[in-house]
Amino acid sequence: MSGHDSKYFSTTKKGEIPELKEELNSQYKDKKKDAVKKVIAAMTVGKDVSSLFTDVVNCMQTENLELKKLVYLYLINYAKSQPDLAILAVNTFVKDSQDPNPLIRALAVRTMGCIRVDKITEYLCDPLQRCLKDDDPYVRKTAAICVAKLYDINAELVEDRGFLETLKDLISDNNPMVVANAVAALAEIQDNSARPIFEITSHTLSKLLTALNECTEWGQVFILDALSRYKAADAREAENIVERVTPRLQHANCAVVLSAVKMILQQMELITSTDVVRNLCKKMAPPLVTLLSAEPEIQYVALRNINLIVQKRPTILAHEIKVFFCKYNDPIYVKMEKLEIMIMLASDRNIDQVLLEFKEYATEVDVDFVRKAVRAIGRCAIKLERAAERCISVLLELIKIKVNYVVQEAIIVIKDIFRRYPNTYESIIATLCESLDTLDEPEAKASMIWIIGEYAERIDNADELLESFLESFPEEPALVQLQLLTATVKLFLKKPTEGPQQMIQAVLNNATVETDNPDLRDRAYIYWRLLSTDPEAAKDVVLAEKPVISDDSNLLDPSLLDELLANIATLSSVYHKPPEAFVSRARTAAPRPDDEEYPDGGETAYSESPSHAADAAPAPVTAAGTSAVTHAAAKQPAPPATVPAAAPVPDLLGDLMGLDNSIVPVDQPTTPSGPPLPVLLPSSTGQGLQITAQLVRRDGQIFYNIQFENNSQIVLDGFMIQFNKNTFGLAAAGPLQVPPLQPGASARTLLPMILFQNVSTGPPSSLLQVAVKNNQQPVWYFNDKISLHAFFVEDGRMERANFLETWKNLPDANEVTKDLPNAVINSVDATIEHLTASNVFFVAKRRNASKDLLYLSTKIPRGIPFLIELTATVGIPGVKCAVKTPSPELAPLFFEAMETLLK
Amino acid sequence: MAGAVSALFLLDIKGRVLVWRDYRGDVSAVQAERFFTKLIEKEADPESHSPVVYDNGVTYMFIQHNNVFLMTAARQNCNAASILLFLHRVVDVFKHYFEELEEESLRDNFVVVYELLDEMMDFGYPQYTEAKILSEFIKTDAYRMEVTQRPPMAVTNAVSWRSEGIRYKKNEVFLDVVESVNILVNSNGQIIRSDVVGALKMRTYLSGMPECKLGLNDRVLLEAQGRATKGKAIDLDDIKFHQCVRLARFENDRTISFIPPDGSFDLMTYRLSTQVKPLIWVEAQVEKHSRSRIELMVKARSQFKERSTATNVEIEVPVPSDATHPNIRTSMGSAAYAPEHDALVWKIKSFPGGKEYMCRAEFSLPSITAEEATPEKKAPIRVKFEIPYFTVSGIQVRYLKIIEKSGYQALPWVRYITMAGEYELRLI
Repeated sequence: MSGHDSKYFSTTKKGEIPELKEELNSQYKDKKKDAVKKVIAAMTVGKDVSSLFTDVVNCMQTENLELKKLVYLYLINYAKSQPDLAILAVNTFVKDSQDPNPLIRALAVRTMGCIRVDKITEYLCDPLQRCLKDDDPYVRKTAAICVAKLYDINAELVEDRGFLETLKDLISDNNPMVVANAVAALAEIQDNSARPIFEITSHTLSKLLTALNECTEWGQVFILDALSRYKAADAREAENIVERVTPRLQHANCAVVLSAVKMILQQMELITSTDVVRNLCKKMAPPLVTLLSAEPEIQYVALRNINLIVQKRPTILAHEIKVFFCKYNDPIYVKMEKLEIMIMLASDRNIDQVLLEFKEYATEVDVDFVRKAVRAIGRCAIKLERAAERCISVLLELIKIKVNYVVQEAIIVIKDIFRRYPNTYESIIATLCESLDTLDEPEAKASMIWIIGEYAERIDNADELLESFLESFPEEPALVQLQLLTATVKLFLKKPTEGPQQMIQAVLNNATVETDNPDLRDRAYIYWRLLSTDPEAAKDVVLAEKPVISDDSNLLDPSLLDELLANIATLSSVYHKPPEAFVSRARTAAPRPDDEEYPDGGETAYSESPSHAADAAPAPVTAAGTSAVTHAAAKQPAPPATVPAAAPVPDLLGDLMGLDNSIVPVDQPTTPSGPPLPVLLPSSTGQGLQITAQLVRRDGQIFYNIQFENNSQIVLDGFMIQFNKNTFGLAAAGPLQVPPLQPGASARTLLPMILFQNVSTGPPSSLLQVAVKNNQQPVWYFNDKISLHAFFVEDGRMERANFLETWKNLPDANEVTKDLPNAVINSVDATIEHLTASNVFFVAKRRNASKDLLYLSTKIPRGIPFLIELTATVGIPGVKCAVKTPSPELAPLFFEAMETLLK
Repeated sequence: MAGAVSALFLLDIKGRVLVWRDYRGDVSAVQAERFFTKLIEKEADPESHSPVVYDNGVTYMFIQHNNVFLMTAARQNCNAASILLFLHRVVDVFKHYFEELEEESLRDNFVVVYELLDEMMDFGYPQYTEAKILSEFIKTDAYRMEVTQRPPMAVTNAVSWRSEGIRYKKNEVFLDVVESVNILVNSNGQIIRSDVVGALKMRTYLSGMPECKLGLNDRVLLEAQGRATKGKAIDLDDIKFHQCVRLARFENDRTISFIPPDGSFDLMTYRLSTQVKPLIWVEAQVEKHSRSRIELMVKARSQFKERSTATNVEIEVPVPSDATHPNIRTSMGSAAYAPEHDALVWKIKSFPGGKEYMCRAEFSLPSITAEEATPEKKAPIRVKFEIPYFTVSGIQVRYLKIIEKSGYQALPWVRYITMAGEYELRLI
């Protein structure tokens, strides 16, 4: 059916426009039509033919449908540039919208909606009104979309003329295509309006579910996408909806399948029956797998979505890892996404096979993919402790191939593995050192230097190795310089001999005098002062134990994840960003409440590695610099290896320098009250000042209950307090309010606290480091213990069914058990009552032989639940506590809290 | 939640606009063209770029077909899966109209292209992509009737894929059951992944509005009907149906009932993830006599029953890209060096079950190699074959009932064939 339209592109250049003008006004139909085609051809190649406007519009009144369509096309293109002349077309439009032929009626109303000229819009209303009630469904379905077009141009007009009501009536139309387009139009209008316009009631829901069976595949997508916003009233309704949507999983159209998955996942949130949920998970797995046989572009979208689904419900695809193995001919963007999902699904069970795959990929030719494969091996090592050794041996095999970028990438991930498992695998350092000369990338160099510094005492020629790097110190990038500085200090502290001493002097000199990088300079000064005043303290700082890292760098924040899951199949789910982050047109929709939590809307697709997790770890030395440095440090985070010290020290240094602005002043007095608190700073060490304090929870808020007792001989005033970075990011919500303390007097205050202010990464720790100062004394530092029960929130109660479901949905690896020898349950009822008062809620109990089993639930901020099983014999000390939670790393803290509560 | 695209572009291989349709008036063609040209210039191989790209407030999604890019530009959070699939359907429609979609055919038919773009999408929302029905009211004929057409009922009907009033003298249905075996064997000779993707391809030449019912040896159905699984019943992992199949009915009682489109279409596809024994096993021993020559010994063994025969077997064994002077001997079929694929291609027309054939090849290598040798691209051995009258899954069409109110008798013809899909064996 090939045409010969190309001839229209080759018109004579000279006098083209006048010639066309003449032809357009020809009395011969064929010549006229050819002329219009030439005009459209010219328009297509980007020539300006707007000057022919009147002549083209004059051809509009024709019986020839093809010609009419071409003229309409011309109008869409040029009406905007000739608004006054566009009016000329209105009459024909209005006439065409009443033509006996439905094709022409629809064409007229469709085209008018595309002409974005205000003057025309007014004339559009009457024809639109008619067409919305046309006898022919083809016209109605076109008119439905036209309402959205009109709303886009002039929303007020649409509302005034009552089009919205008519559009809503079309939801009950007997033609499924009309229903589908009405839904698409309404959904778009709703997106652009702050008012509730399109609310899905249970009545519309059932209508739409019926239409779903009969409309075209694209219409099914409109309907499913609109319905996924619907919140079912209860579990039963949710189950009913799901039942009617699941057949869509069998549809050949991938978009229908993905939108059905979205809707099912949304409703699953409400379904309490674990059987139903398990069944649904089982049903969704095969269709998700089949998406990977689709066209590569669709696979890509599917994989980005599967990434989200796996984060939310790891069980669905837990056994399907093989389908994510890369095929030789997969496009690179598909391979990258598959790799990411392979890491997520890697487990002790399948790691051997996965490692074989990674090894295979690491010898391919695409550099980015190879690097990601090497990095993947490292991330599996960090994720799966039992497989770490196998991962390392694969990395060593790869290093032996001596492909430069493989070696560099391997060294970067091995540094992370050393961070995760300190003092375990240093036997491989010798092999790493063989590749020293080939390193030319800053990150790889920095990693190697960190390894040398960290294990300086075990590398015989550590000083020689570092020295070879030092020669080029001034030319190195900042990342490497910082690393070299720290590593040299470490070497000196570990081997305080002559060689290192000379080295350190050279480095410090270089880093203080000859650099203009404030980060480097400040860090060097701090080391210098530490080393010159108190080498032992320097040791404590520089060689202190580091927090352990984990591989959670790619997991999304739960609230963002939920939002993205509600957007499955859309661009939002492809970008892993909420729609507001990239939709450019101004929207008046209600703002999301938790906007500020992810202002930049997530990470880019491929930039992740455990070392990034570590990047965010407290880099105390940098932070310890002056506050002037802080912003620079934030822009250029120090790599993990620059964390030579445990957390407290930097603040100490900051305070010593008297530059920390965040210390809050004390002004207003408060009255002391309440039971005795644990002593944190005895007066013997505090030059007469005794500080007792404890975290408490009151009225749903966390306070630091702190008491000061002045046993010294002088008046103390100007109290200020500061908290170091900690696992929960606890910080003071306001200034500390303590009156001047006379000798012998004491004051107690409740300092309101907020969470997630200055979060330290690394494994959770109960350590809370506090600094207090006043105008008379030096700064006092003391450690407190965070008791997790202060975080138990009031809405942690769980229904029984919900409890069971949550319990089953969490993998077994998330269950942690501990015996609490000092805890005791003297009476079940009293214990329940006592625990309820602390926001640990009773779910169920049963007796098993002589033992009582209690099931309880609690929740901490950010919605992390703890599902608890207590086993004990009444009256006999010793309680067995099992807990299952999405955050098992918090279990030790949780047990401490339970033991306190059950004492 | 809702979202539509702003414009659809058809671009040539260099990213220049051939034809575009502006649906919402909020993107500029110049900007899109500039962006996309830059994108494909930067990337030597445009296929390596992810098909969804964001630039300056606009999301571009694209696919490539021959020397044409199809691209949408969107400012909203539109349904990416739906739009990308829609682009593939647009390709299908153009192919139906112009036989092949390429730069030339778009130029030659730009008037119809505009008409189709207007009908397939409205305001950025996909509308209608059934080529067969579209061609009933958008025609390419130079002399189209001056009498105006009406939209075919099918455009808005519940049965949107078939027009009424179709007539054939002889009513026939051809049903091909085609199974593709996908297999991935790693360098240790372990099968790490295998599955079978099957398709029931139909060609219908039936009059009127025929009601069809298809019966398979589906275990779930047979057990539900209480028929003890005499003979072989099979479990299908994931079944996908053409939109003509009533999904709710299938969900209820596993009946496959439908009114078929006219002509050819895929009625259903299915997947079986059970371990499949490789039907043709290939081993290659590669001996590299450094810097002078390379010797290949390839063994191929058919591991299916003797009564079946594989046809058009093609085994592609990768060889180094700088190999020259091939010297090849085979015990069956013919083998040749295909330098454009860096491979030795061994073709065997007919390969009965339970047989083993050999192929030896020797190549010369240049004595000088680059200092910084980049790693060789490690392509796997790839195998193509077809085995007629055989399915791996054992699927059987038990019946295909066709009922039309005029009461004609229709003849169903069923064929079975198994072929290699992504059949890869990694070299050691």
